[in-house]
Amino acid sequence: MPDFRQWSINSVSTEADQIQIIAYCCQHCAYAAADLAGGLRMQYSPSVKIVELPCSGRMDVIALLEALEQGADGILVAG
Amino acid sequence: MDNGSIPSSSIDTFIDPRNKTNQPPRIGSVLVLGGGIAGMQSALDLADQGFKVYLVENQSAIGGKMAQLDKTFPTNDCAMCNISPKLVETGRHPNIEIITNATIHQISGEKGNFSVQVWQEPRYIDIEKCVACNDCVEVCPVIVPDIFNEDLAKRTAVYKRYPQAIPNAYAIQKAGVAPCRDACPTGQRAQGYIALIREGRWEDAFRVIKMDNPFPGICGRICNHRCEDACNRAKLDEPINIRALKRFVTDKIYEQPREPIAPLEITHPEKKVAIIGAGPCGLTAAQDIIYQGYPVTVFESLPVAGGMLRVGVPEYRLPTAIVDREVQDIVDLGVDLQLNHRVDDLDSLFEDGYQAVLIAAGAHEGVRPPIPGASLEGVLVSTNFLRDVRLGKMPDLGKKVVVVGAGDVAMDVARTALRLQTEVHVVYRRREQDASAGEEEIRHAREEGIHFHFQTNPAEIISAGNGNLAGMWCEDTEPGVVDKSGRPRPVPVPDSKHFLDCDTVIFAVGQRAGLAFIPDDAGVGITGENTIAINPNTFAATREGVFAAGDSIYGTAYVIEAISSGHTAARSIIRFLQGKHLEPARTPPLPVVELSRHDIEERVSRGEVERKARVPLPEIDPESRRDNFREVVLGYDDARAMEEAARCLACGICSECMSCVFACGTNAIDHDMVASGRTLQVGGVILAPGYQTFQAEKAEEYGFGRYPNVVTSIQFERLLSASGPTMGHIQRPSDGKLPRRIAFLQCIGSRDQEHPYCSSVCCMAATKEALIAKEHHPELDIHIFQMDLRAFSKGYWGYYNRAKDQYGIQYHYCRVSSLSETASGNNLVIKFPTNAEQPSTIGTDVFDMVVLSVGMEIPANLKLLAQQLGLDLTENGFCQCLPDSPLETSLPGVFAAGAFRGPKDIPESVIEASGAAGAAAAFLGEARNTRTTRRIYPEERDTSCQPPRIGVFVCHCGTNIGGYLDVDEVTRYASSLPQVVHAESNLYSCSQDSIKHITQRVLEEDLNRVVVASCSPLTHRPLFQDSIRDAGLNPYLFEMANIRNQCSWVHSDDNLAATRKAKELLRMAVAKVSRHTPQYMIDVPVQKSALVLGGGAAGMTASLTLASQGFPVHLVEKEEQLGGQLTRLFTPLNNHHPQQVLTDLLRKVNDQPLITQHMGSRVIGTSGFKGNFTSQIENSAGEVLSVRHGVTILATGGEEYRGPDYGYGTHPRIITQQDLEKRLTDDTLSKTLPANGSVVMIQCVGPAERYCSRICCTTALKNALALKQAYPALNIRILYKDIRVYGLTEQLYTDVRDLGVLFFRYDEGHKPEVEASSPGASLTSNERELVVKGWDLSLNRPIVFNPDLVVLSMPVIPRGDMKKLANLFKVSLDQDGFFLEAHVKLRPVDFATEGIYMAGLAHYPKLIEESIIQAQAAASRASIVLSKDTLKAGGSVSVVTQNQCTGCLTCVRVCPFEVPVIQKDVPGAGGILGAAYIEPAVCQGCGICVAECPAQAIDLMYYTDSQLKAKVAALLNPADLTLHMI
Repeated sequence: MPDFRQWSINSVSTEADQIQIIAYCCQHCAYAAADLAGGLRMQYSPSVKIVELPCSGRMDVIALLEALEQGADGILVAG
Repeated sequence: MDNGSIPSSSIDTFIDPRNKTNQPPRIGSVLVLGGGIAGMQSALDLADQGFKVYLVENQSAIGGKMAQLDKTFPTNDCAMCNISPKLVETGRHPNIEIITNATIHQISGEKGNFSVQVWQEPRYIDIEKCVACNDCVEVCPVIVPDIFNEDLAKRTAVYKRYPQAIPNAYAIQKAGVAPCRDACPTGQRAQGYIALIREGRWEDAFRVIKMDNPFPGICGRICNHRCEDACNRAKLDEPINIRALKRFVTDKIYEQPREPIAPLEITHPEKKVAIIGAGPCGLTAAQDIIYQGYPVTVFESLPVAGGMLRVGVPEYRLPTAIVDREVQDIVDLGVDLQLNHRVDDLDSLFEDGYQAVLIAAGAHEGVRPPIPGASLEGVLVSTNFLRDVRLGKMPDLGKKVVVVGAGDVAMDVARTALRLQTEVHVVYRRREQDASAGEEEIRHAREEGIHFHFQTNPAEIISAGNGNLAGMWCEDTEPGVVDKSGRPRPVPVPDSKHFLDCDTVIFAVGQRAGLAFIPDDAGVGITGENTIAINPNTFAATREGVFAAGDSIYGTAYVIEAISSGHTAARSIIRFLQGKHLEPARTPPLPVVELSRHDIEERVSRGEVERKARVPLPEIDPESRRDNFREVVLGYDDARAMEEAARCLACGICSECMSCVFACGTNAIDHDMVASGRTLQVGGVILAPGYQTFQAEKAEEYGFGRYPNVVTSIQFERLLSASGPTMGHIQRPSDGKLPRRIAFLQCIGSRDQEHPYCSSVCCMAATKEALIAKEHHPELDIHIFQMDLRAFSKGYWGYYNRAKDQYGIQYHYCRVSSLSETASGNNLVIKFPTNAEQPSTIGTDVFDMVVLSVGMEIPANLKLLAQQLGLDLTENGFCQCLPDSPLETSLPGVFAAGAFRGPKDIPESVIEASGAAGAAAAFLGEARNTRTTRRIYPEERDTSCQPPRIGVFVCHCGTNIGGYLDVDEVTRYASSLPQVVHAESNLYSCSQDSIKHITQRVLEEDLNRVVVASCSPLTHRPLFQDSIRDAGLNPYLFEMANIRNQCSWVHSDDNLAATRKAKELLRMAVAKVSRHTPQYMIDVPVQKSALVLGGGAAGMTASLTLASQGFPVHLVEKEEQLGGQLTRLFTPLNNHHPQQVLTDLLRKVNDQPLITQHMGSRVIGTSGFKGNFTSQIENSAGEVLSVRHGVTILATGGEEYRGPDYGYGTHPRIITQQDLEKRLTDDTLSKTLPANGSVVMIQCVGPAERYCSRICCTTALKNALALKQAYPALNIRILYKDIRVYGLTEQLYTDVRDLGVLFFRYDEGHKPEVEASSPGASLTSNERELVVKGWDLSLNRPIVFNPDLVVLSMPVIPRGDMKKLANLFKVSLDQDGFFLEAHVKLRPVDFATEGIYMAGLAHYPKLIEESIIQAQAAASRASIVLSKDTLKAGGSVSVVTQNQCTGCLTCVRVCPFEVPVIQKDVPGAGGILGAAYIEPAVCQGCGICVAECPAQAIDLMYYTDSQLKAKVAALLNPADLTLHMI
C-alpha cells in the first residue's frame, strides 16, 4: 500500500492549531437533537465533531481517556 | 360443551372452516385512518404481523398531536425523541403505505372484505421526487401562520409540517386558484408576480409572467384586465392594479440592456409549421411550437410584425419599441418571420412541405355601417386609418373630424385624429354608460378636448363635392327596450335631425377577418359571421392540418384572448405533429378561491388587512399630450409598485409564483395537481382520527384572541419546545418578556354544559407544563385552578406531588369563571377565593400570562364522516363501540382507537391501537402475508479476501451543502484518501436516479465499502444501505458522514471552517468503514404458540385473540376456575354487566379448541428467549408439564386491598366496595340497611394514598347509583379527595349528583375518622353506632355523620406473589409492585424483556373494559412474533469472545434487557467453565455491556472498539491515517 503520510501532513497543516472536541451522542436522542439543531440552523463551533453511538452507554472510560491522550481538547458524552 | 348448541353469531372471532365457502375471501390488508400515535401503532402492529396497511392521514405528515408536544408526563421525556423513531419506522415500513392529505368517504362491503373510497387532496409536490432539501422554502414569498406552532410563528406556503415530519417531503398550502388567475384567459399567475414584486424580486416576477404570456409589456398597458374585475379586494375597497404592476416589472427588466437570446435547437426539422399572421396569436403559437423543437415560419402581409398591436393601437398607448422588443424575443428563438408576404393559397403551403398551418390572420377589415354616404371619399374606417398613421402615412383629415362609435378603438381613432391637429367629435347612438370603451379611455379623451355626442345616431353623410365632405345628418335617440347586448336599444327621436359639419368621418364600429385568401375549395369551412369554423376545444379547422385562432375565429377580441388562443392552437398543433389525439384528456378544473366580504372584513378586524385605495398611476397632463404621440400613462416607481403589491389579499395562499418550481433541483413540484380518489380493498378498517382541541375563542369569557397573553395549553407546549417558535424560551406574546406569574385554568371546553365529559389529560398536562416551566425558570410563580385533580394513571399521583412539593406549584380547587385584562401592561386579573381560611370570600389576583387547558372534542367534519359511514356516535360525537367488543364500532369489522373513542392520554391510545390491531388480526389471520411485498436483493458478494475499495459519494443537497461549503474540494480530498478508489459528488445523493447510480458505481468500480457524505444516518442510512445491497454488498459495509445537519447548516457563516470540518468528518467515516466487516442476520425459528398466565378477563381475552388467529395457547390459572376478579364484580357500569362479560368469555374460551386450560396450576420455571421459550407448568397434583412457546403474556391480576384502615374488619357494617357489590345482589343488605338509612363512602384508602387506584371513584359512583336505584330514600355521602372519573364516565358523576348523592372533599390535613361506639353489654357488634367525622373544606368547619353503612373504596393492590413472578420471568416491577412496562408512553404492554407482554390489573388498576382492551393489545404485540416462521437475529448486536470471558456477571447485571446469560458448561478465559453468552435474537444492540466488560471480552458489531478508535484517530492524527485502516 502506498504511504500517505507525506500527503497527509501537507494537506492538513492548517488544522494544526485547531481545537478538537469530540461529542459522543446517542442516536436516539442527542444525535437526533444535533440533527434538529441543524434543521433550525443553530450555529456552533466547528470544533465539535459528533460521533454517533447506538446508546451513550456504549461509551467506555478507556476510549475517552485514549481520545484525550491522542490530543482531543474536550469530550462530550450526550444521551 | 356441545358446539352445536351455540348460536354461530356469538363466536364472532372464531373462524369456522365450514363457513369459508359462503364468504368472500378475507383480504390481508387494513386501512388505518389517522397518522397520530394511535394510527401509527395500529399500522406498525399490523404491518409487522404480515398485513398490508394503508395509513390515511389528513395532514401533510403523520405524527398527530403528540408531535406538537414538548415533553410527556410522568417521565418528562422529550415527546419528539419518543415519537421520532416510530415516525421513521412507519415511514420506512415496506408494508405501510402512507396516504397524506387524505380522508375516507365511504366504506362498503363487509367485515373481512371492504371497499373504502379514499379522497386525496393535492400536495403539489411529488413525494417520490422530493428530497426535502428546503430549497423551495428559501425562495417562497408567501408567509402564513404556522399551524403546527399554533399560529405563534410564521412559515412559508411551501412547508414541511415540522422538521422531523414523515413523509420527509414538503407540501404546498393552497386555498385554490386565485380569482385573478382564474379570470385570465391565459391563466396569468397574478398573485404570484404581485407577491414577488412586494419582495422586490423583479426578475423572478418577470419570469413568472413570461411563463404564460410572451407579451407582458403590451398586456401591462392595454390588457382589458379581467383579473382586476375578479379581484376579491374590490369587495373591500378597490381591486389591485394588476395591469400596472405587470407593466412596472416589465419596464424594470426592459430598462436593462437586452440579453441576446440564443436560437432553440430544432429537433424535428421535417415537421414544419406555417403560421399566417404575425399578431399576438400567431407569435404566441410560434413560440410555443418552436420550444418543442419544430421549425416555424410566420407569414405576415404587412411590412411590420405585431399585428393589431403594432398597427391598430396608437403609439401614445403602446410604444412601438415595446411591441418590437417582444416580437424580437420570439423571432430570436429561431422563428422564420416573412414580412410583406401575403399568403394567397393554402394548398401551396402544404405543397411546400408544411405539415400544419395556423391561420391567425386577425381582423383587419373595418366595417362600414349601411348608411347613405358611407362610401363617400373622406369617409374612413378605423383599421385603415390607424394602420396608416402607425406606418407613417399621415392622411389629410381637414379641420374637423367626426368619429362614429364609442369603443376603445373609437377612442384610439379620436385621440389619434386629435393629435393630427383636428377638432374631433365622437358620435354614439347609445348613452355614455353603454359605451364599451374603458372609463379611463373616455376620461382621457375628454381631458384632451374631444367633443362627445351621445344618443346621437348618424343618419346620412353629405358630400360637398370635389371629393370633400360637407358633414353628417344626425338624429337624437332615446333608450328603448333592452336588446341582446344587455343595453337599451337606441330609438330615434322624431323630428330631431340636425346637421354636424365636418371634413372627415371615421367609422370605428367594428372590424372583421379578411379571409379572401381562403378559396371556397380549400376545404376550410367559414361561418356565417365570416370567421373560420373550428372545433372550439382544439381550434382545428375542417381541413386536416389546418388550425385557426385569434380574431380570425372570434371576430374582434382583446390581446389576452389572442395570446390564449395562440397557446391552445399550439398545444393542438404539437399533439397533431406528435400523432396524438387532438383532444387531450380533460383535467378537472382547479378550485377557485372566493373570499366573501365577511371573510375580508374579519381579516380587517384582525388587523391583517388595512383599508387602502389603489396607489395612483402618474399621467402626462392633457396640455402636454395633445400634439404628440408620447405615452400618456406612466408606470409606477419601485416604492409605489411595492406599496400597491402589498395590498394583495393573497387569496390562494400559495401565490403560484413558480419560484419553487425553478428552485427545485429534482423537478418535484407540480402546481396543477388536482384532488384524486381511489378505492382500496381491505379486510378491516381502524379509525384513529384523533381529536381537536377546544377552540378557545368560543369561550369568550376567557378572552382568548382578544387578550394577547391568554394562550392555550397546546400553544404553551409550543412555547416550551426547543424547536418551537421561541426556541423554548417562555415569552409573553404581547411583549416577548418572561412572564413571572402564570395561571393555568383547567376544564376549558371540558366538564361543562356542552362538553359533559372529562378530557382526561389536561390536569396532568397542565402539571407537566407548569413543572417544565419551573425547570426553565425556578423563580416562576405558577398557579393551577382546577375542580378535581385527575391524576388517575400510573405514576401520575407521584408526579403531581413532585410538582406541588418540590416545585412549589400552587393548586386551587376553584373553577375560574372569567378574567379581565389590566388597563396597561396586558396583565390578567382572575377572581377566586384568595384566602384559604375564608373560602367564601372572593379576592382578585393579577397574572402575567394565563394558559387555558383546552379540552378534546371531535371535529365537526369527523362527525359528518362518521354519519356518512353509518357509525354510531355518542351524544358528544365520540365513537360508540360494542359492549362485548370494546374496540369495534357499530359497523362490524371497523374498529376505533384513541381519542375518537373518548378522551384519553398517549399510553391508553397506544394500548387501544394495538388492541384494535389485535382485534382486526383476529379475523384476518387466514389472509396474513397475502398482500405484503418482500424486497428481493441479489446474492451477496464475498468481499472477505479483498482489500478495501472504498467509494465516496458527496452530496450537494441542492444548495444545502453546496451553498455553504466547497463540495468539489471535499470530493477531491476524498479521492486522495487511502483506499478510496472512487469519489464523486451528486446534486442530490438520495434522489431516485442517484440511488440507482450508486448501485451502478459499486458494480462498475468493484467497490466493497461505501461512504456517503450527506445528511443524517438516522433518516437516510437505510436508503443507501439498500442501494449497496442492490449491488450485492453487505449493508454493513457502509458509513455516512453527516456534513449537512451537523456541518453545512450549523456553520453556514463560515465556508472555510465548514469545508474543513466536512473533510474531517469524511476522513473519520472513511477510516471507520475501512474496518467494517459484513454482518449477517440469522433466522431463528419461532415456536408458534403462547403461554398466558392468569385466567381473568385479561388472560381469557388475550388467549381468545391469539387462538382465533390459529395460535395454540396454554392458559394457566392458579385457581380451579377461570374469571379472576370478574367473579367478584356485579354492579353494571354504563349498562355493561360484569357477570355477562364473564359468561361470554367463559363460553368462548371453553369453545376454543386451541386454548389448553391448565387449572389450579402455576408456572415453576421458564427459560429461553423471544420466539423460543420453554416453561414448566405444575398442576395441583404436583405433576409438571413442560411446554414450548414463542411468547408469554402475564395477566396475573390484582386484588382488592383489605387492610385495617378506617376500622375495616372491626365492625360488620364497615365494608368494602366489592362487599357492597356482592350484597347488592342478594338480600343481606336489606336486612341491615333501612330504606331511609344513610351510607358514607370513603375514597383513597390505605395504599391509595400512595398511588391512585384509578377505578375506585368510578366503582363508588356506580355502586352509589345502584344503591340509589335500589333504595331511593337512602342518604349517600361520599368523602373524597378528588373525584377521579375520567373521559365519558364524567356523565356518571353528573347522574349520581342529580340523584342527590352528596360529596364532601377532604384533604391530607383533614382525613375523615371512623369510630364505633363502645360495645356495651346490650349491643351486638352489629348494633354499635358508627360515627364518621370529617371536615367540610368549603365551609371550613367539621361535619359528623352517623351512617348505617360505611363503604371503604379499597384500592386494587398487586398480588402477593408478584416479586416471585418477576424473578421467575426476569421482568421488573414498579415502586408500587405492579409490572413495569418497557416504556410508559409508547410500549405500555411490552416488558423490557422481549417476547413477554402484560395485561390487566397486574399492570395497574383498571376497569374491565380497559383490561380487555389491554389484553387485545398484548395479543397483538405477541402476534408480531407468532406470525413469523423465523425471527431475524444479529446485525448490530453484542458478541462475546467467550475465551476472554471471566464469567464475572458484570454484563448480566448491567443489561437493562436481561439478555446476557452465563453458560455454565462453556469454557471462558483460562478454560474455566462459565462464559457469558448474548442471544442475538434478543440483544438490543445498546452496547452497555461492551463498555462495562472489565475483560473487554464483548464487542458491539458496527460500533466495535477498533472502529470507534479509528474514527477518533483519523480525526486527531490524520498523519497516521493509514495505520488506522486495515
